[in-house]
Amino acid sequence: MSALTEAQIDVSTPRRRTRSITLRIGAVLVGIIVILAIVSLFWVPFDPADTSGGRLEGPGSEHWLGTDKLGRDLATQIMIGARIALTVGLGAVAISAVLGIAIGLVAAFAVSWVDDTISAGLDILIAFPTLLLAMLIVAAQGASLGSAILSIGIAMSAIVARLTRVVAKRVLAQQYITAARTSGTSWWGIVWRHVLPNIWPTVSVSLALHFGLAVLAESSLSYLGLGAPPPNASWGRLLQEAQGTVLTAPVGALAPGIALVMLVLGVNFIADGLRDIADPTRRRSR
Amino acid sequence: MSTPILDIEALTVTADDGRRLLDRITLAVGPGERVGMIGESGSGKSMTALAVMGLLPPGMTATGSILLGGTQVVAAAERDLVSLRGRVASVVFQEPLTALDPLMRLGHQLAIPLRRHQNLRGSALTEAVLRGLREVQISDPDRIARAYPHEVSGGQRQRVAIAMALACAPELLIADEPTTALDVTVQSEVLALLDTLVSDRGMALLFISHDLAVVSAVTERVLVLRSGVVVEAAPLTDILRTPDDPYTAELVASARALDAVLDSVARPTAPGQPAQTTPEEDSP
Ligand SMILES: Nc1ncnc2c1ncn2[C@@H]1O[C@H](COP(=O)(O)OP(=O)(O)OP(=O)(O)O)[C@@H](O)[C@H]1O
Ligand SMILES: [Mg+2]
Repeated sequence: MSALTEAQIDVSTPRRRTRSITLRIGAVLVGIIVILAIVSLFWVPFDPADTSGGRLEGPGSEHWLGTDKLGRDLATQIMIGARIALTVGLGAVAISAVLGIAIGLVAAFAVSWVDDTISAGLDILIAFPTLLLAMLIVAAQGASLGSAILSIGIAMSAIVARLTRVVAKRVLAQQYITAARTSGTSWWGIVWRHVLPNIWPTVSVSLALHFGLAVLAESSLSYLGLGAPPPNASWGRLLQEAQGTVLTAPVGALAPGIALVMLVLGVNFIADGLRDIADPTRRRSR
Repeated sequence: MSTPILDIEALTVTADDGRRLLDRITLAVGPGERVGMIGESGSGKSMTALAVMGLLPPGMTATGSILLGGTQVVAAAERDLVSLRGRVASVVFQEPLTALDPLMRLGHQLAIPLRRHQNLRGSALTEAVLRGLREVQISDPDRIARAYPHEVSGGQRQRVAIAMALACAPELLIADEPTTALDVTVQSEVLALLDTLVSDRGMALLFISHDLAVVSAVTERVLVLRSGVVVEAAPLTDILRTPDDPYTAELVASARALDAVLDSVARPTAPGQPAQTTPEEDSP
C-alpha cells in the first residue's frame, strides 16, 4: 500500500521537470540581460559618450557590435540599455502592482456605489493617453528616468486595478470564501489567505506582460525626449535612431531589437512557469 | 427546553428584485437537538443556512429575528458576526470541491480554524491537524494534509470539510446537503460519521437535505420547506405516519417508493437506523 503511494509520488517528478523548462529558458534569457546590466555598472567597452569610432561601422574586433551614426560603441549602449530596461520594467511593475492590486481589491470589496466610482475613475485613467500623463508628470518633475517610470507605472496601475477587481470579484463569489467566512475568518484573513493567492496566477502573468509593455513605453517616451536623457540611452531610443539606417547598418536596429525581445519573452516565460507553480491544479494537466 | 442555540422567528429574506426567498420562517434548535430541514431544490434551504450565519448574498435583506447563541444576527455588524461564526455555529456545504480553497493544502486549510479557535501554534498545531483528520476517519492523515483538494477523493474532501467545521468546536453544526455530491456508499459512511461526531460532542445539528431517507437517518424533528414557506414542522415519526401537507405526503410517498426499490437491493445502512461506528477519542 505504502509502496504504491510512493510509486505515485515518483511519477509526478518528471512532469515537474517538463514544466520547469519554460521557466529555465526564461531564466537564461533574462539572466543574460541581468548580467549585462550588472557588468555595465562596473565596466563597459567604451565610454558611452565617446564618439571617436568611425560612423556606422559594422561589427568588428574593436567595436564588437559596430558603432552608431555618431561613432559611439553599440555594445556599450546595449549594456547600458539593459540596465535602463530592467530599472524601467521593475520600477513601473512595482508601482502598478502595489497601486493596482490595492485599488482593485478595495473596489472588489466595496459597496456598489464606491465600486462604481472607482471603476469609472479607472476607465477614465485607462482612456487618458499615457503620453499626456507622462508629459504632465515630466512637466512637474523634469525629464528623467524616474518621471518616466512613475508615469508608466501610474498608467499601468489602472489596468492592473481593473483586472484585479474582476478576478477578485470572481474569487469572492466562490463557495470556499463563504465556507472560510462561516468558520469565522475575518475580512483581512480572507484577503490575505484566499483572495491574494487565488488572484495571483492571473495577475502575475498580467504584471509580467506589463513589464514588457513598460520597457516599450519607455522607448516611446525617450524618443519624444521624455525619457532618460542621453548619453544613457534606452534600447527603444537606439531602435528609433537606427530607423533611418536600417538597410546600411542593420546591426544598429537588430541588436537592441533582439535584446528587447529576449527580455520581454524571457520575463513572460518566467511568469508562465511561476503561474504553474502558484496553481497546483494546473500541475496535473501538463 | 433550555434556551435554544438557534432561534429563528418570522425570518423573511427578500431579494433585490422583491422576490421573497424565505417567508416568515420560524424554527428553533435546542442544545444537542437534531433538526432536519427538507425541501425541493430552490425552496430556500441554503438561503436559511446563509441567513443564520449572517452571510446572505449582497442585495438580499433579512427581516425578523435570528438569535444565534443568544445574539441577534439580523442587521448585526460584521465584527460581531465574525466572533459568532465557527464558535457558535459552523457549516458543512454540499459540494466539498468548491467549498475548499483549490490553492491551499488541506492541512493548511484545517490549521486556520484550529489556530484561531483553539489558539494552537507550531508542533501542537500540526498535531491537532493530524488528530482532526484522524477523527473524521481519514486513514493516511499525513498524505491528505499535504494534498490539494483536487488530489483527493470526494469523500475525503467532505471529511476534511467536516473536520474544518468541527475544528471550531461549534455548538451547532449546519450541514447543507453534506452527502448529496457523494456516491451512495460514501454517502452512508459520511452520514454515519457525522452522526457519531455530533453525538460524541453533544452538538446540535441542523441537517438540510432534499432526501427524506437521509434526513430520517440522522434527525428527530423535521421541517418541510416549500418556496420559502415552512409547510410542516413535526417529529419525524408523525410526518412519516400522517403527513399534513400534500407536498410532504408526496415526499413521503416517493421516499417509500425509493425505499422499496432499495430494499430489494442489498445496502449498507437502512434509513432510521444510523450505522454504528466506534467513536474515536473525545476531544479535550
Ligand atoms: N445570489 C442569489 N441571488 C438571487 N437569488 C438567489 C441567489 N441565490 C439563490 N437564489 C434564489 O433563492 C431561492 C432559494 O435558493 P436556495 O439556494 O436556498 O435553494 P435550496 O433549497 O438550497 O436548493 P438546492 O436544493 O438546489 O440547494 C431560489 O429561488 C434561488 O433562485
Ligand atoms: Mg442548497
